[in-house]
Amino acid sequence: MLLITCPFCGPRDESEFACGGEAHIVRPADPAALTDAQWADYLFMRKNVKGVHFERWMHSHGCRRWFNAARDTVTHQFLAFYKMGEQAPDIAPVSYTARPAPRTDPALPADPALHTDREGAR
Amino acid sequence: MPMLKPPPRLGGYPGKAPRLKRYSIVELARNARGHHEGWWEAWRSPEPKPRYDVVIVGGGGHGLATAYYLAKEHNIRNVAVIERGWLGGGNTGRNTTIVRSNYLQDESAALYEKSLQLFEGLSADLNYNVMFSPRGLLALCHTPHELREAQRRCHAMRLNAIDSEMVTLDGLKAMVPVLDLSGSKRYPVLGGLLQRRGGVARHDAVAWGFARGADAFGVDIIQNCEVTGIRREGDRVTGVETTRGFIGAGKVAVVAAGHTTTLADMVGLRLPIHSHPLQALVSEPVKPLLPCVVMSAQVHVYLSQSDKGEVVMGAGIDLFQSYGQRGSLPVLEGQLAAACELFPVLSRLRMLRTWAGIVDICPDASPVIAKTPIEGFYVNGGWGTGGFKATPGSGYVFAHTIARNEPHALNARYGLERFSGGLLIDEHAAAGVAH
Ligand SMILES: Cc1cc2nc3c(=O)[nH]c(=O)nc-3n(C[C@H](O)[C@H](O)[C@H](O)COP(=O)(O)OP(=O)(O)OC[C@H]3O[C@@H](n4cnc5c(N)ncnc54)[C@H](O)[C@@H]3O)c2cc1C
Ligand SMILES: [Zn+2]
Repeated sequence: MLLITCPFCGPRDESEFACGGEAHIVRPADPAALTDAQWADYLFMRKNVKGVHFERWMHSHGCRRWFNAARDTVTHQFLAFYKMGEQAPDIAPVSYTARPAPRTDPALPADPALHTDREGAR
Repeated sequence: MPMLKPPPRLGGYPGKAPRLKRYSIVELARNARGHHEGWWEAWRSPEPKPRYDVVIVGGGGHGLATAYYLAKEHNIRNVAVIERGWLGGGNTGRNTTIVRSNYLQDESAALYEKSLQLFEGLSADLNYNVMFSPRGLLALCHTPHELREAQRRCHAMRLNAIDSEMVTLDGLKAMVPVLDLSGSKRYPVLGGLLQRRGGVARHDAVAWGFARGADAFGVDIIQNCEVTGIRREGDRVTGVETTRGFIGAGKVAVVAAGHTTTLADMVGLRLPIHSHPLQALVSEPVKPLLPCVVMSAQVHVYLSQSDKGEVVMGAGIDLFQSYGQRGSLPVLEGQLAAACELFPVLSRLRMLRTWAGIVDICPDASPVIAKTPIEGFYVNGGWGTGGFKATPGSGYVFAHTIARNEPHALNARYGLERFSGGLLIDEHAAAGVAH
């Protein structure tokens, strides 16, 4: 069971809340101007981060207000709670991808992005 | 169903040429004399080759079935299946094994029915007992509205030539005597929808059977090897970075269930898939109690009894996104309450284990089985809470998609275009419950 801190009511059991998925999605100002692909992106495509995820929660069996949270999707640990309309806090991303083996193909330069030191859980 | 083709001849194949050693009554007797200590390994564990025609990422049932049908149906045998853990250790080995094809939409009915038909001949085809048990699958209705919807689904299925029948209260009483039909409940049972050809199968055996079959065709199965990156040249994939080095590939096919988007992210492809925990639990074994699979979407639980006598139960997902392979207790409490509501006889049963898998949820509860805008990159994911039943069918159509670079007729509607084209295959309501 998660312990969730509603910014208005304080820490409560998970069973009082509903999760609303990815936060900070902005409704397009002029939907009619979008292509089908852009509209589909807005409607259906979502971040599915393995690591720090910014998401919306609603205190549905409490004050019934929406708020935002940052949560690690592997450990389930909450890293921040903040109100709607506030900026997402600056939280360093975590990578859970394993360290790749050294390149066996010398023809190509090493890709530094693949060699993260933050492998595995923190 | 046809038997496995004779062992493939593979010129210049490193290591021993694979050969399917068949299981038979003779081998059983021979090994009984040796106290069953002399059984051969069912598949090899080769070192990865520098390059394959097709690299399949994900050694669950779907990935292994894809490899099997690539070799069997399309004669593409220079194939590797790369699995970060062990075979079937993802959702394949964590699901509640329900197999059915009672879907509402035509596209789903066709695909899941193909899969059910493959299941019906699978043990013979693979020479491996997948313990498919078509014991019948009963979906309960608790409201007049649900009854009407079930009737509609029943008709829709029959129009698609899939067996389906409505069951009255008397019928239910005869079929499942322990079901509470007193009518005294908050959601009384009013009737049911039955698919007699539905049932359960042994999940591990499905993965192992396909692994063994694919291996015999020369497919390399590489476990404990995580794909950490995907290499591209321009708009084309050229191989995968792994924890065991770079592996070149003509085509890369991702069949990674809850991890689908982590792999799509590596090539910058956005997918409408999110990952959630789905939990299940199993009780201590008891005498035969449930003759068929019973599911209820209204109170939300589904149950079956394993051959060992354990009651296997599942229900809905945890609502937050997760890769943690565990969920929260309230979800389990909800499904246990539902189980006791339907079957008061279960109320003293002790639970042995609970677990979770990470399921890949699509907005329309239907999968994406498609080639992508990136050349040589294919995705099969979004099966969510109900892909075990589709394992053979999914592999069958995905192998076709990879081999021919175009979808099979059965998955033509399962591309990514459906999200921008407004052509969703909406199975949320018809799928009824998560399974
Ligand atoms: C609790 C539960 C109950 C369910 N009940 C049912 C049911 O009753 N009936 C039904 O039809 N369906 C059910 N399902 C759904 C079903 O289990 C899945 O849809 C199906 O098994 C998916 O198979 P798969 O082979 O695609 O995925 P998986 O078996 O999860 O295989 C994917 C594999 O990819 C591997 N992988 C991921 N990332 C990487 C990487 N970077 N590199 C290498 N390998 C990687 C994983 O380790 C994993 O083994 C249930 C699921 C759960 C969790
Ligand atoms: Zn509150």
